[in-house]
Amino acid sequence: MHKLSLSALAAGLRDKQFSSVELTHVFLSRIKQHQALNAFISVTESAAVEQAKAADLRLANGEAGFLTGIPLAHKDIFCTQGVKTSCGSKMLDNFVSPYDASVVERFKQAGTVMLGKLNMDEFAMGSSNETSFYGPARNPWDSERVPGGSSGGSAVAVAARLTPAATGTDTGGSIRQPAALCGVTGLKPTYGRVSRYGMIAYASSLDQGGPMAGSAEDAALLMQVMAGFDPKDSTSVDQAVPDYGATLNDSLQGLRIGLPKQFFSAALDNRMATAVHAAIGEYQKLGAEVREVDMPNLELAIPAYYVIASAECSSNLSRYDGVRFGYRCQNPADLTDLYTRSRGEAFGQEVKRRILMGTYALSAGYYDAYYLKAQQVRRLISNDFKRAFSEVDVLMGPVTPGTAFKIGEKTSDPIQMYLEDIYTIAINLAGLPALSIPAGFIAGLPVGLQVIGNYFSEAKLLNIGHRYQQATDWHLQSPKGFE
Amino acid sequence: MSLTANDVNKIAYLARLGIDSQDIESYAKDLSGILDLVAKMEQADTVGVVPMSHPLDQTQRLRADQVTEADRRQCFQAIAPQTEAGLYLVPKVIE
Repeated sequence: MHKLSLSALAAGLRDKQFSSVELTHVFLSRIKQHQALNAFISVTESAAVEQAKAADLRLANGEAGFLTGIPLAHKDIFCTQGVKTSCGSKMLDNFVSPYDASVVERFKQAGTVMLGKLNMDEFAMGSSNETSFYGPARNPWDSERVPGGSSGGSAVAVAARLTPAATGTDTGGSIRQPAALCGVTGLKPTYGRVSRYGMIAYASSLDQGGPMAGSAEDAALLMQVMAGFDPKDSTSVDQAVPDYGATLNDSLQGLRIGLPKQFFSAALDNRMATAVHAAIGEYQKLGAEVREVDMPNLELAIPAYYVIASAECSSNLSRYDGVRFGYRCQNPADLTDLYTRSRGEAFGQEVKRRILMGTYALSAGYYDAYYLKAQQVRRLISNDFKRAFSEVDVLMGPVTPGTAFKIGEKTSDPIQMYLEDIYTIAINLAGLPALSIPAGFIAGLPVGLQVIGNYFSEAKLLNIGHRYQQATDWHLQSPKGFE
Repeated sequence: MSLTANDVNKIAYLARLGIDSQDIESYAKDLSGILDLVAKMEQADTVGVVPMSHPLDQTQRLRADQVTEADRRQCFQAIAPQTEAGLYLVPKVIE
């Protein structure tokens, strides 16, 4: 059962080949069996079984939706009523949310079963899942390696089939990068397409929730639930949601693919370039045309990102002061001591580094040089994409500079770690959608292909991903021991 | 650009963020490295470029000035460390 697609699971439930309770037990058992992966922060076993019983009742009564009875798990950044929502931080280690994030609520209404909450980098700040207060999740393809971050737990859980699908969030590549390093499919939707209500904020103008699944087809089913206007989120976009499944099989004949020459510079690892070009070759076989495009400002994405994201994080995380939210230190001497020690004792090193960077960039005398400049560079990058999309339908390139690296290999050098997101960050700055799909292996480790689309082109990206996955079987490979 | 330990202390105070004294030098080094990376933005000609604060250039949507939320005080106070008579109790910090 654990290897079936969402469609097959839905059909199995409808045809009474198995019940939701049986299905839920299969995944709960796998979660227990593979605890060493550290994919979950919380497993909600008894609640999951109760939800599965309720789903079975809905199925029996003919009141079920397409995903009713299917288990899934949420990144621990999404608030879940009555369940710990830690955001991977000591700061929220004891936080039990009094409400559900809109994404969680939508999946509840669809009748899905929540298996638990998934490991992640602290407050989604990281590219390896090593900054989690709960320790690193481990890549099932090689447990000595990172799964990528910040949605590392989500990627691990889907790759090891501890859950059929999961939610993730992407601020600078946090869905696509772990999806690539773990060999699963991840979609970062257009900014505003999926509600941010109840999704703990890191950098508000960049954060976006999205699906992580075994295939583009499964991601389309999840998007059908996740996407759509939410009056509770002032950044939500009021635009009709298409039927993501209806166009999955559309022909790719004549599709114009652009290859940003900055993505394929001499700096790109040869083996990665070969794998990505091979994947693009498959699209040519499917009738697509390929041409090079020039995006001269792409190389400024990382500098602009680390100013904007840090500035927004320093503002967003100011609410965790030991009074309004989060951990509180013992016996404070005065108010400043209360704030300072509570934050100092509960935030990890990477979060502190970004708060310091953001505070500095926003401080008097530096605002114009850093924050304003970064927002102007962001416009230049966005204009690069606009020009590119006047010439081509989608852009393709690598997701990551290399395959999954060893745990601890890059923790001492933040710049090296930041460069892990070099191919993903520009997309967040521009607010565009992008898909990461498995596209091969290098020395037994998964490689991802990134497909970037114009605003609200998620259906086209899923179509492009699905057609590739019909022609290849990279997405069907399982890590040894998790078959 | 190079930040000193003193600079880091000042920023940490602005952020009300406690940092262990033995880590100050390490933060100074890391932040200086990040600022060197950020300095690459200087090569971009941004004269007359309109800053982009929202990816879709949207403005904040406003709602009608009407009460739409239910009273959930009891629910919220249930997770507070201390409450009394419907109020939140916080540590005494003003003498």
